[in-house]
Amino acid sequence: MTVSVVQFGGSNCDRDAVRALAHLGVDAERVWHEDGLPADTDGIVLPGGFSYGDYLRAGAMAARAPIMAEVREAADDGVPVIGVCNGAQIGSESGLTPGAFTTNASARFQCEPVFLRVERADTPWTAAYEAGDVIEVPIAHGEGRFEIGEDAHADLVADDRVLFRYCDADGNVTDAANPNGSTDNIAGVLGERDSVAVLMPHPERATLPDLGRSTDGAGILEAFA
Amino acid sequence: MTAYTATVTVRLKRGVLDPEAETTQQALERLGFELSDLRAADQFEVDLEAADADEAADRAAEMAERLLANPTIHDYDVAVADA
Repeated sequence: MTVSVVQFGGSNCDRDAVRALAHLGVDAERVWHEDGLPADTDGIVLPGGFSYGDYLRAGAMAARAPIMAEVREAADDGVPVIGVCNGAQIGSESGLTPGAFTTNASARFQCEPVFLRVERADTPWTAAYEAGDVIEVPIAHGEGRFEIGEDAHADLVADDRVLFRYCDADGNVTDAANPNGSTDNIAGVLGERDSVAVLMPHPERATLPDLGRSTDGAGILEAFA
Repeated sequence: MTAYTATVTVRLKRGVLDPEAETTQQALERLGFELSDLRAADQFEVDLEAADADEAADRAAEMAERLLANPTIHDYDVAVADA
C-alpha cells in the first residue's frame, strides 16, 4: 500500500503523517497537490495545517484545488481517504463528508488532549477498537466546531455515519467534554463509504511512542497497514 | 456587455452560533454601547461584464454556491449595480 499524503501550500502535518505511517510499517509519501496523485496511490491522507492561510474558510481553497477531483474519484473507487484537522475541513468543504467545521464556540484556537468515544468499530479506521472504546488524541484547531443542519444531522445519526464523539475519560458524551461546541459532540464522521472519514483530532500526534501522551491514535492509521 | 458590480453578502444562517460576533458584541458593550444583538457578515464585491443585470446576478449567485458561501452554515444574497 502506498499512501499519498497530499501537501497543499500551508499544510504542516504532512511530515508527521508520513512519519507516523512509517512507524506503522506503511509506505507513505508526500505528494504536492499540483503534481496530482501518483498512479500507485492506494490510500490518501489529507493532512492538518493551514492550507491557503485559512482564507475565506478553513479548507475552502484546498477543497477546490484540481487534485481534489482526483481524490474524490479515488474515494469513489474505494481508496481509503482520511482527512485530519485541516484535512477534515478540506474534506467537508469538498463534499467528501457531510457537515462543516467552523469557529470554535470559545472563539479561541485550542491545543489540548481530548477523549474520543469510538462510535463504530466496523470501519477500516476503527478496526483496532471496540465500539465504545475511549481513546486519547490531541486537538489543535480554531475552526473545529462541527455544524450540520437539523435534518442532515438526523440523517447522519440514522445512517450511523458518526465515527467519533468527544467524551470524558469514562466515555460519557457531555457538554463539559465537548471542547469546541460541536453539534452532538461530533469529532469525526464518515463519508458515503466507510472508507472515507474525517476527524478534527490528530491521530498522527498520538502514534509515535516518544511523542505525546498516548499512542491511541495508531489504530486509526492502521487502516492503511 | 455591460460592466456591473455584484455584491455578494454571506452570513451565517439564523441559529448558527457566531463566536466572533458574540465577542465583538461583548467588546462594544465593554465600551459602554447598548445593543440587543450583533450579526457579522462577509461581503464580496465582484466586478464583472455581463449581457444584463440578471446574468450578472446569476453568475454571482453561482460563485456564492460554489465557493463564497458554505450552504451547510450560510445564507447569501446578491445585489447588482452598474459599475
